[in-house]
Amino acid sequence: MVKRAYDYALKGIPNLTADRIDGTRISYFSDHFSRQLKAASMVQDYLGMNPKGSVRIEWGGATGGECFQAAYEAVASGRMDVCLAAGYETMSRVATWKGNEFIALASDTNFDFPLGGFYTGYYALMVVRHIYEYLRLRRFAHIKDEREAQRLAIAEGSRIMSMVSVKNHRNALHNPYAQYPKRLTVDDVLRSEMISYPLTREQICTMSDGAAVTVLCDEARAREFTDKPIRVTGVGCGTDTMRLADRPFGKVPLLPHEKASDYADLPYPGVHSFRAGRAAGREAYRMAGITDPNRELDFIELHDAYASSEIQTYEDLGLCRYGEGYSFVERGDPFLKGIDYGFPTPRAGAIPVNPSGGLIACGHPVGATGLMQAVFAFWQLQGTVGKHFGDAKLQLPKAKRGAIHSHAGTGSSVTVSILERGFP
Amino acid sequence: MKARPPTFTKFRDVQAELDASGAAIFRSGDGEESLVIRYPYSINYIHSYAEDSPFFLALADGKLKGSRCTKKGCGFVFGTPRGHCMVCGAATEWIDLPNRGRLHSWTTCHFGSEAFLKETPYNLALVEFEGVGSLLLVRLKDAVESDLFVGMPVEARFDPNPKYSITDVWFVPAR
Repeated sequence: MVKRAYDYALKGIPNLTADRIDGTRISYFSDHFSRQLKAASMVQDYLGMNPKGSVRIEWGGATGGECFQAAYEAVASGRMDVCLAAGYETMSRVATWKGNEFIALASDTNFDFPLGGFYTGYYALMVVRHIYEYLRLRRFAHIKDEREAQRLAIAEGSRIMSMVSVKNHRNALHNPYAQYPKRLTVDDVLRSEMISYPLTREQICTMSDGAAVTVLCDEARAREFTDKPIRVTGVGCGTDTMRLADRPFGKVPLLPHEKASDYADLPYPGVHSFRAGRAAGREAYRMAGITDPNRELDFIELHDAYASSEIQTYEDLGLCRYGEGYSFVERGDPFLKGIDYGFPTPRAGAIPVNPSGGLIACGHPVGATGLMQAVFAFWQLQGTVGKHFGDAKLQLPKAKRGAIHSHAGTGSSVTVSILERGFP
Repeated sequence: MKARPPTFTKFRDVQAELDASGAAIFRSGDGEESLVIRYPYSINYIHSYAEDSPFFLALADGKLKGSRCTKKGCGFVFGTPRGHCMVCGAATEWIDLPNRGRLHSWTTCHFGSEAFLKETPYNLALVEFEGVGSLLLVRLKDAVESDLFVGMPVEARFDPNPKYSITDVWFVPAR
């Protein structure tokens, strides 16, 4: 699998031969899935990279994003001129519910896992609170009966999460690398099996098998290898407590375009937002000189393991204010122009999110996922989506700067990288 | 020579065949064929609760323990105990938590990890306690989805036959 991705990458770069690669960073998430420790050595070996330097990268769900940044650092530090970042996961080796158990072992095994360790359950806890903070207390503030108000708020939140699922599944109809392209409706998503209330099956990504590779190198070599190089202008990483229950209630770390008064009464992050995502975004934006991400980014490939976490992440990354995630979807900002979603999307094209279809529609082979996002962003910025997909529908006309976002655990580690077009 | 194992294109058929005969051939969407075999794995760990041990011992006595930072001016109170304060790094001391709290958030799991599938549907809840700075994740019993709401008062119940697990405590709607 990794070899196939590697061969495809090298085929596109005639000047890059294997002997010019100085070393590798290889990512996969879990030894449990194949019951093979040190599997990154087998990847290194199979790609014919011995005896070059290599390190295995693991950072939960953010494994791929972290691998990308590790390769970036190998080049930026001057240690390597050319570094290959390769990632994969083979999750089909165990049944779905066993796989969920393996993944849930990434939560605290004293306090969390024995209760029914299940990531969809954790994300459901987070979105129930997110809906409470931002729909119950705002959109349904006028309703006095508490139970009734919360039911209405959850129904509203579920409808809007379903719009996100429809977006990602329908975008993926034009992406041949997507494993779950579907022409769904909001009702289809709402009526799919309830997994952990209120999250339904079609609002959740699928464990899958997959591989992705990217080549990072210094500028001189980039210009030699291609006339359409893409520059990495910002990298950021953030973390938070291992246990959801430990998340503090403090102040929002502000982005340049926000004011403290925007969030005067908001206890943060609690379990409704991802402080790690905010920290990663802040670091990457600062490095790339971005002061208003909504205006200055042309698209984002973000870690939509759940439709809920896509909405939470809009807010963490400052695409809209905290609390505006649901109306951001309803207004249509994260949708693509020219695709029929079955409902109005007045501001479609404002800032497309997951034009590729994201994790929900592409699949989430953990160690490959963050690199898959990097590949999609790379093609998007090069303007070569049509060439690689055989369908140019997802190509954004003037994409100059994009972000990729990789997310782990219940938000315990997150990476954000900024990519920009390095040619006129 | 033995016969070649049968070929399947659906993963669940492969699993059924592995359970029956121990070997099968899987043909993937792009036509590649792989020989697959059963490969069972089980292990008993010696799991240490280390510095969290007093919490689990207290559960067996029907008591819920949190911890409080000992540094003057900090004094952060933890609903899930931590040996050292996550705010200032000072050592914490054990405290008794109230048996009653409120739902900070909740969900009903209709599916779960394999280990818990047979227990579905079950409720998970994050409980907040008055005057406590962080939460506790628990099972919530004796209540169905339509009963539950953020802010609902709940109270602790303890297993009279403790297993020394976080499942020795659970919460129910407050009477």
